[in-house]
Amino acid sequence: MEHEEIKSLIHPYADGELDAANVRLVEAHLQSCPECRSTEISIRSLRTALTNSAPAFRAPASLRNTIRAGLGRETVTERQTSWPSLSLALGTACALLLVGLVIFQANRTSRNSIADQVVADHIRSLLATHLVDIPSSDQHTVKPWFNGKVDFAPEVRDFAAEGFPLVGGRLDYLDGRTVVALVYRRNKHPINLLISPAPGQADASPGALARRGYNLVHWTRGEMNYWAVSDVNSTELQQFAAHFAP
Amino acid sequence: MIGFGQPSRRAEFEGAILPHLDAAFSLARFLLRNDQDAEDAVQDASLRAFRFFDSFRGQNSRAWFLRIVRNTAFTALKRARGHEEDVLFDEELHTPENADAGVASRLDQVHDRETVRAAIEQLAPEFREVITLRELEECSYKEIAEIAAVPVGTVMSRLARARAQLAEILSTTYVKEE
Repeated sequence: MEHEEIKSLIHPYADGELDAANVRLVEAHLQSCPECRSTEISIRSLRTALTNSAPAFRAPASLRNTIRAGLGRETVTERQTSWPSLSLALGTACALLLVGLVIFQANRTSRNSIADQVVADHIRSLLATHLVDIPSSDQHTVKPWFNGKVDFAPEVRDFAAEGFPLVGGRLDYLDGRTVVALVYRRNKHPINLLISPAPGQADASPGALARRGYNLVHWTRGEMNYWAVSDVNSTELQQFAAHFAP
Repeated sequence: MIGFGQPSRRAEFEGAILPHLDAAFSLARFLLRNDQDAEDAVQDASLRAFRFFDSFRGQNSRAWFLRIVRNTAFTALKRARGHEEDVLFDEELHTPENADAGVASRLDQVHDRETVRAAIEQLAPEFREVITLRELEECSYKEIAEIAAVPVGTVMSRLARARAQLAEILSTTYVKEE
């Protein structure tokens, strides 16, 4: 009776999709049921076979360009129906208005709008193929590179052993000032860590949020603000933050 | 510089979609089983996604894009079948209930990429899809449900059967090659 109920939970168990209570239930059942144990072993063996053989395909390099060219044609079609000089004028007006707002409300910039800017920085770093100014996995090469470029000394550490290798560093802009961007990688996914001074601010432990499909983790430590942003899942990004802010 | 105003719609779109190009191609390639059809499908899907980008509310760009890719690929699959008799997808068909004890130990020795690709390609499209999304792209059940537009319970039952079939195919192929 118990077996019939638990049998269907073996796959979600092996996939880490169960809550703690059901995990305990399945684990207790596995001790006494050879059939379910053999199902579980076979799921893990299949996964080993798939990991060892890495059958996933990679997009051919030409596909990216073909797609961009296609998007270019779409965008041109859109533009032809608009009035370029008017949109330019409107754009300029909006920009001026924004400058005014930024100056007026500089002290009131909310965490939300900074989160949006962090995501914009992250997207831009991927688009411009300008992920790093100083490509190096050596923290002793990356840290001195920032000397004289920013008015603070960021903490630069490599977490290759923990699965988050340092890729390099870059200067970026956030909330109206130059900040340090450290670039890490989780498997194929880049993680941007933006660091800026936070004089007088109390330490705050990592908090997670999401914007436009990207995950963010923010914390404050030693009068420095940290923003980690990436397309890796939120759990992994929080693990990353935990290494940086133990 | 902090941009004044929003980044262009196109730049924002590329930032949301291009990081998932490998995942999109891999899914389309396993569904359609050849390079050219997969490239065409991902290209079509990208243009469709761009037109519908305003409807994307920014929760999970990977699942959103993969859903469009998978729909494009399934449409192409149906078109390719054309006048052939419509093969209905039957989840109950040809699924071993229990793998025999030797299967797991044989699976542990499988390393060859082409063998595994060929084995996945023998599965029904819905099974190829769930294996690709779960085992290769590491999507959660919730994401797979969103991409394939089926309930999580269906994801679970498809995954169980797809795994059993794939394990069976791989272990017999491997024995033959020995």
